[in-house]
Amino acid sequence: MPELDQRSSERSAVARLVKDPVSRRKFIAVGGGTGLAALLAACGGGGNSTTMVTNESKPMAEGMKSETEQFGKGDIGILNYALTLEYLETAFYEEVVKSGLFKGEELAVLKKFGSEEAQHVAALNSTVKKLGGKPATKPKSEFPLENAKSVAELAGTVENLGAAAYLGQAGNIESPEVLAAALSIHSVEARHAATLNTLLGMSITPTGAFAEAADVKTVLKSVEPFIVG
Amino acid sequence: MSNKNLSEIDGLVHPELVGVEVVDESGGDISRGDVILKGALAAGAVYGTFMVGPFVRSAFAMGGGTSDVDILNFALTLEYLESTFYEEAMKKVKASGELKPLIKMLAGDEKQHVEALEGTIKKLGGKPVAKPTFNFEYSGTSGFLKLAETFENVGVGAYNGAAPAIKSKEVLAAAGSIVQVEARHAAAIALQNGMEPAPEAFDKALEEKEVLKDVEPFIA
Repeated sequence: MPELDQRSSERSAVARLVKDPVSRRKFIAVGGGTGLAALLAACGGGGNSTTMVTNESKPMAEGMKSETEQFGKGDIGILNYALTLEYLETAFYEEVVKSGLFKGEELAVLKKFGSEEAQHVAALNSTVKKLGGKPATKPKSEFPLENAKSVAELAGTVENLGAAAYLGQAGNIESPEVLAAALSIHSVEARHAATLNTLLGMSITPTGAFAEAADVKTVLKSVEPFIVG
Repeated sequence: MSNKNLSEIDGLVHPELVGVEVVDESGGDISRGDVILKGALAAGAVYGTFMVGPFVRSAFAMGGGTSDVDILNFALTLEYLESTFYEEAMKKVKASGELKPLIKMLAGDEKQHVEALEGTIKKLGGKPVAKPTFNFEYSGTSGFLKLAETFENVGVGAYNGAAPAIKSKEVLAAAGSIVQVEARHAAAIALQNGMEPAPEAFDKALEEKEVLKDVEPFIA
């Protein structure tokens, strides 16, 4: 059936994966997604206020401005913090792709996301340099790649964390150009997160109508187990 | 006020942009909002010329006297549209399987965005814009999904385009928390639609004019 084949080739690998209950079940077969649940719990619950501007808007509290100081001053520190996370994401997808745990459409999805993370790395790297800073070095990392299920869960955790990390810094960014750039990455991390959540059979919006930010401490604590040396 | 060549600004040098003149009214001190055009151009310098277009046009639309209330009201109009669209779809679209609960969730999220924006505008001393009358014409599930994908992606681009012009950090964080959810919606709808959920590594920012062009056909 050439017509059907053609139509199917127009569709993205990930979309086919989502539409195909069999391969989707293979991709996940996940019960709870405990890693992500724990992460989101750490990020704090709530988010039911009708007004968005409340005292609960923790991500922008004054005291958190220096959170990224260890990565550099001001916007350079924030960019280097983001760069460190993007390095980890890129390394994670590289290892996952090489692991042989995924094939076909699953592999295509993970490759695509990995290549987008690599583009984030390149963009952040050159932005830090253009601002006169020194880009953060690539951390040495190691990820547990036991089976497809645990890896898929970890991917979901990592992407949701990434989106929350960018959101946590948006209010701290000084220059509009850096902010615009960060936003253009932030929503892509959100797209990745929602896709993986879909594949994992989890809610695409785990915190409801309003995404929750994660502070630097929470994020670094979550990725610490994957950094070696 | 002085005219500066972009290549002199904050070391953000990109050969394509040398010769582009921007008006610097802040004496070289970059702050959010008033020098948004400069920021937009610089973002282009950082990210390559493919990004310059949308950023610059966004800057023209949002720069100058645009207040946070103006931006929030602009966002509110889009949220009214999305909210009404999904509200109607709950009755109109014969959805089965996963799509039915998805539409319900989308309707709920957009309604909460509407309420949050209205509340925030009032809190800032502004007046929320009136809800327009909408007219959505589509047929079947595929017609619905196609339109939903357009609206969600326009939503992401609109927030991303307007956000750098937001002056209050609190309003910016709120907008950020909404745009992330819009992006998640966009990905979920794209998956239903058989499209790439994250087609590019960087989401495009849209200018006000582009957003209006996309949504005006649905405003009665």
